Amino acid sequence: MDLAHSPADEAFRAEARAWLHAHVPAAALPSLETAEGFAAHRAWEAELAADGWSVVNWPARFGGRDCGLMRWLLFEEEYYAAGAPGRVGQNGVSLLAPTLLEHGTEEQRARVLPAMARGEVVWAQAWSEPEAGSDLASLRARAVRADGGWRLSGSKTWSSRAAFADRAFGLFRSGPGTGRPHQGLTYVMFDLRAPGVTVRPVGRLDGKPAFAELFLDEVFVPDEDVIGEPGGGWRIAMSTAADERGLTLRSPGRFLAAADRLHALWRERGSPQATASRVADALIGARAYQLFTYATASRFLAGERLGAESSLNKVFWSELDIALHETALDVLGAEGEAVGTEWAQGYVFALAGPIYAGTNEIQRDIVAERLLGLPRGRRG
Amino acid sequence: MCFLPDAEQRAFAQSLDTMLGKAGTPAVARDWSRGERTGGRALWARIAEAGVFALAVPQAHGGLGPRPVEVALAFVELGRHAVPGPLVETVAAAALLTGAGPAERFLADLASGGSMATLAVEGAYAVDGDAAALRLVLGADGLRLSPGHGPVRSSLDPARRLTRLLPGGQLLVPRPPVERALSWARLATAAQALGVGLALLERTVAYVGQRVQFGVPVGSFQAVKHRLADARIALEFARPLVLGAAVTMSAADVAAAKAAACEAAYTTARAALQLHGAIGYTAEYDLSLWLTKARALRTAWGSPDDCRAEVLRGRP
Repeated sequence: MDLAHSPADEAFRAEARAWLHAHVPAAALPSLETAEGFAAHRAWEAELAADGWSVVNWPARFGGRDCGLMRWLLFEEEYYAAGAPGRVGQNGVSLLAPTLLEHGTEEQRARVLPAMARGEVVWAQAWSEPEAGSDLASLRARAVRADGGWRLSGSKTWSSRAAFADRAFGLFRSGPGTGRPHQGLTYVMFDLRAPGVTVRPVGRLDGKPAFAELFLDEVFVPDEDVIGEPGGGWRIAMSTAADERGLTLRSPGRFLAAADRLHALWRERGSPQATASRVADALIGARAYQLFTYATASRFLAGERLGAESSLNKVFWSELDIALHETALDVLGAEGEAVGTEWAQGYVFALAGPIYAGTNEIQRDIVAERLLGLPRGRRG
Repeated sequence: MCFLPDAEQRAFAQSLDTMLGKAGTPAVARDWSRGERTGGRALWARIAEAGVFALAVPQAHGGLGPRPVEVALAFVELGRHAVPGPLVETVAAAALLTGAGPAERFLADLASGGSMATLAVEGAYAVDGDAAALRLVLGADGLRLSPGHGPVRSSLDPARRLTRLLPGGQLLVPRPPVERALSWARLATAAQALGVGLALLERTVAYVGQRVQFGVPVGSFQAVKHRLADARIALEFARPLVLGAAVTMSAADVAAAKAAACEAAYTTARAALQLHGAIGYTAEYDLSLWLTKARALRTAWGSPDDCRAEVLRGRP
């Protein structure tokens, strides 16, 4: 084994670095959880897309570079090391796009993906409901057959980006499901400004509307916005959840860059011994995540299916992210309390990690049952 | 680019696993704890025959190395099977003696398994000084060949017999490559600890799968599952650090691997003991062989905090 990238991959990395060096805004953009910041981040996506850097691992015909998983990882390392803005299109790019690439029609791909790549259409996810969070299969919002499409009714909640986004994707109950909750679900894309949609922004811990509640009253969705077979939505949604998503939801680049910035901050503050071990642990954790991800990507590219391993990832990065930001706030001392700083914003964002995308408790159940082979049993 | 061990490397680890699995290592370790070494020496010879020590010795001196990735893979297996003896010290001694002029004469015997080595900084405990043929002391004036050892003290891990090496003796190398040897010692310890953790996890998963309380397997309780899931996560993320450090052999990477692997093994040991209950707390049950080793390896060749300090020093 070795850790060296090929000269061609290194050349790609150098090209990305040079582009980012020339284009990354000198001053941080306003928070993407504000109307002004959302617009600024959308413009940044367009700038990335203009030179082909917004979705590098996608097929070229949809705005990508066909560059593969490894180069995507390298690009992300460079992206975050350069201090480039957070990605407002993340939900669409990491959740909807892989699903369309695997299960969508060519018409859907051609219609949805290029506009997503350019930031023209920003997508919100609409999975959770008031009674369906980690137990997603218990969702109740309905899709009822209508002429030429479906009518959606019910409510969705904790929809990330929905306060300012254009469209959303999620699962709706379209049939009785023959007694099994995973059946009879349909995967639908819909317009957040369609008649019958009410969006109620919800402030997260810092008050910013990072997500929203959606109320749907007979919202019409044409057949062409259903992904895959009606009623087969669960399988479609989950098939892309474990595999590549295990790698692409959070790339190591963000944690490597954050750990380096934490280390620099700690040095600037006189290398206080009280936090030395935790700073070292952040560096070690980010490196572990990087090497783990490269190893996983190697296995994926060698044709192995990745399943429950993505649950190992989820727990690891989400806890690393919190520990890293907590340490930064402690290094800052009383100053760490002030909101609006990069570290305070990062801290608030990190706090959600163990909660979303399946709580870490559910991920630990998956690790225990599917990787360790422990008996299924009481959740309590 | 390949971030995984290749087929040959995996086959090597697999064959070592098979050999050690048949060798009855728990009984060998128990004998070793009592100073009965026949089984331990025979096992040592077989490990040497498999090439493990030769991997740390240059080809010019009868070795196959230096090949730290293979050494790391081998030490994971040695840890998984609780093999006793100054294993880490022997590969660290090889690193210390490589390029040491006339003192390189000891290398061929290390590679072939003909002699065990132990190694300590002057005044510190050396592991298995009573069993090693080659006792090396790092002092202020360089590396010396110790003339003997003091009384044996027991370790928290009974299979590690602690001895102080006698001062004096022949000066072998005035300026030995201490940093390099420390990296080898830490890498091998990290890999061994990872193996110890993997064995503890595997045994505990098997135990909670069959131990019934309240009418159900203990392993069906979420509190039990989550402790084991955390152990699995810690071990899985330590593994690439260990292998990555073997590729770069930089002091900071090796220290990161050592800290992570030893913390992961120790976390797993705590979970293993808790989830076994009282049976795990007994010396007669084999789990104790790994439980105690996880604790001892944690501070061997640098505590987690020593290693973290090295990580911080190694950053620009």
